[in-house]
Amino acid sequence: MAVLNKPPVTGAGRMNGILTWVDQRFPLVALYKSQVAEYYAPKNMNFWYFFGSLSLVVLVIQIVSGIFLTMNYKPGAETAFASVEYIMRDVPGGWLIRYIHSTGASAFFIMVYLHMCRGIMYGSYRKPRELTWIFGVLIYLCLMAEAFFGYLLPWGQMSFWGAQVIINLFGTIPIIGEDLAIWIRGDYNVSDATLNRFFALHVIAIPMALLGLVVAHLMALHETGSNNPDGVEIYETMDPKTGTPMDGIPFHPYYTVKDMVGVAVFLIVFSAIVFFAPEVGGYFLEYNNFVPADPLATPAHIAPVWYFTPFYAMLRAIPSFFNMQVWGVIVMGAAVMILFALPWLDRGKAKSIRYRGTLYRGFFAAFIVSFVILGYLGVEPTNIWGEFPKGLPVVGGDYVATWVARVLTAVYFAFFVLMPWYTAKDQEKPVPSRVTF
Amino acid sequence: MKKLLAIVLFAIPGFAFASGASVHLDSAPVNLSDKSSLQRGAQIFVNHCLNCHSAQYMRYGRLTDLGLTDAQIKDNLILTGDKVGDPMTTTLAPKDGKEWFGVNPPDLSLVARSRGSDWLYTYMRGFYKDPAAKSGWNNTVFPNVGMPHILWEYQGDQSYKADEHGGGKLVLDRPGKMSPAEYDRYVGDLVNFLTYLGEPARTKRVQIGIVVMFFLAAFFVLTLLLKKEYWKDVR
Repeated sequence: MAVLNKPPVTGAGRMNGILTWVDQRFPLVALYKSQVAEYYAPKNMNFWYFFGSLSLVVLVIQIVSGIFLTMNYKPGAETAFASVEYIMRDVPGGWLIRYIHSTGASAFFIMVYLHMCRGIMYGSYRKPRELTWIFGVLIYLCLMAEAFFGYLLPWGQMSFWGAQVIINLFGTIPIIGEDLAIWIRGDYNVSDATLNRFFALHVIAIPMALLGLVVAHLMALHETGSNNPDGVEIYETMDPKTGTPMDGIPFHPYYTVKDMVGVAVFLIVFSAIVFFAPEVGGYFLEYNNFVPADPLATPAHIAPVWYFTPFYAMLRAIPSFFNMQVWGVIVMGAAVMILFALPWLDRGKAKSIRYRGTLYRGFFAAFIVSFVILGYLGVEPTNIWGEFPKGLPVVGGDYVATWVARVLTAVYFAFFVLMPWYTAKDQEKPVPSRVTF
Repeated sequence: MKKLLAIVLFAIPGFAFASGASVHLDSAPVNLSDKSSLQRGAQIFVNHCLNCHSAQYMRYGRLTDLGLTDAQIKDNLILTGDKVGDPMTTTLAPKDGKEWFGVNPPDLSLVARSRGSDWLYTYMRGFYKDPAAKSGWNNTVFPNVGMPHILWEYQGDQSYKADEHGGGKLVLDRPGKMSPAEYDRYVGDLVNFLTYLGEPARTKRVQIGIVVMFFLAAFFVLTLLLKKEYWKDVR
């Protein structure tokens, strides 16, 4: 037995004894050093790097507020809506917990979208961080599943009809579709059975997967070290005296104190929403969801919550071919799945947008703009911008917004599909050997 | 099932109906700090609305928020023999409601959140005589509504005069017990109460929020100073 081979811990004063006892049985000191105190991060990370730690903060907020909601929420078609109102009115502080959780859902997506945008901008998905990126995309997929399952739980009209529409998408898959949709619902219609299984998936299954993936994401990140706004590898320039990166600083205390500033700013915005505008004009809490689910009354306008709307706009824009509706679903799925391929589509020499040429910048800007406008179109009804005049060729009589969504969908995919071409052809600027600070 | 699937999928490419014709909504005079307005609104609500509609997620006892004591609530607002801790239910059986109005009168606990205060304010002032309607009443923001004009005694009889541009306006044919200004204030009090009813914690939420903002502002300054202190060694 090699239990006592490790040297005793020093430098912790009175705690040395306890820490030594623990450290000889658990790699406490080694973990602390490798992951925190001697994890060297580039010193030039800017505000875009807040959104990773903030995503983690929101995850914790969601888990903790979710635990407290579960104490009073009662899944079931007869009880769910009333139990949410019970939380809002009769449970002391219940309204606060519920608004934290509902705001947290949207905040999670805002943080993750900004975090992904950062990753794309600075080439953080590139070699050697491909797996960090892939774990990240898997987290994003889990997050979408988590949000979708969770949105059914209040059992309002939008919960019900949103779930109805999304599950019916699976029904468009040829041959197996309809059986698959029944299997997901556990019934022929969205019902009590659906609500109960969604509750199980929302509070147990997906959060467990999510936590595991977050650990994997961080382990992969700490294996390669963080990227930075210059896309320069800090481990390529080491200090010969200390053996640490010249441009690296220990994560703790430098980035722990810096991230705390980000947390403070985040909490100010987050709390402003929770306390002063929890509905955010119907975007975070849809007005129609204050009406209990009614399977017999279809709402005139069904829109998913904002974070799904870019993909929803794509879905709506794709027409049916060969008498099959499945194409829109395929496009929507591909729009997410293509993210996995990103590390292998990029042929550029420079990682960061700072040293890329106009070609890349143009495609990147078009990609971001198309994503935002698609998000807007997905919230609104398709007739928002009216129709083309009847006489026009091809587009005549169609909704303007539908065609705009089609063009923007093409732009979205062009960013990925054409990437091997334009990143190779791009006139890049020389990349410095050290970070700029 | 096939049919439902077809309906839903057919609807995906164009949920085109949106919310129908948009009608101009008048701005409701909502002021949740006006306790006497809320108390008057509660009185109107229990006298006129609660006969057919419920507010089942709300307990009478919560009305202490409006500056009332349990005894005052019991004496003035509970007309049904319920206890103070009971929810605000109606005695109208859903079956009767369906038979009398063609639709079961919906629960009003959250109506201000789903419809909006302005909608309610316009709706309660938008009833007009329509011989074609089943109840004899129609409404500008809710065409062919099942509910009759329950406050007609106060407002009087309105009729709708359509103009050639497809619009139209309401004309007061026979005044009620109240002048139009008095009636607007009366409905304003009711809508103020309904807004409170939709989210009783709202006033408290904003009060706590202000304290939280001051706390976080201080926290932000501290974290910023801490960051600057540590980062001054980084070159």
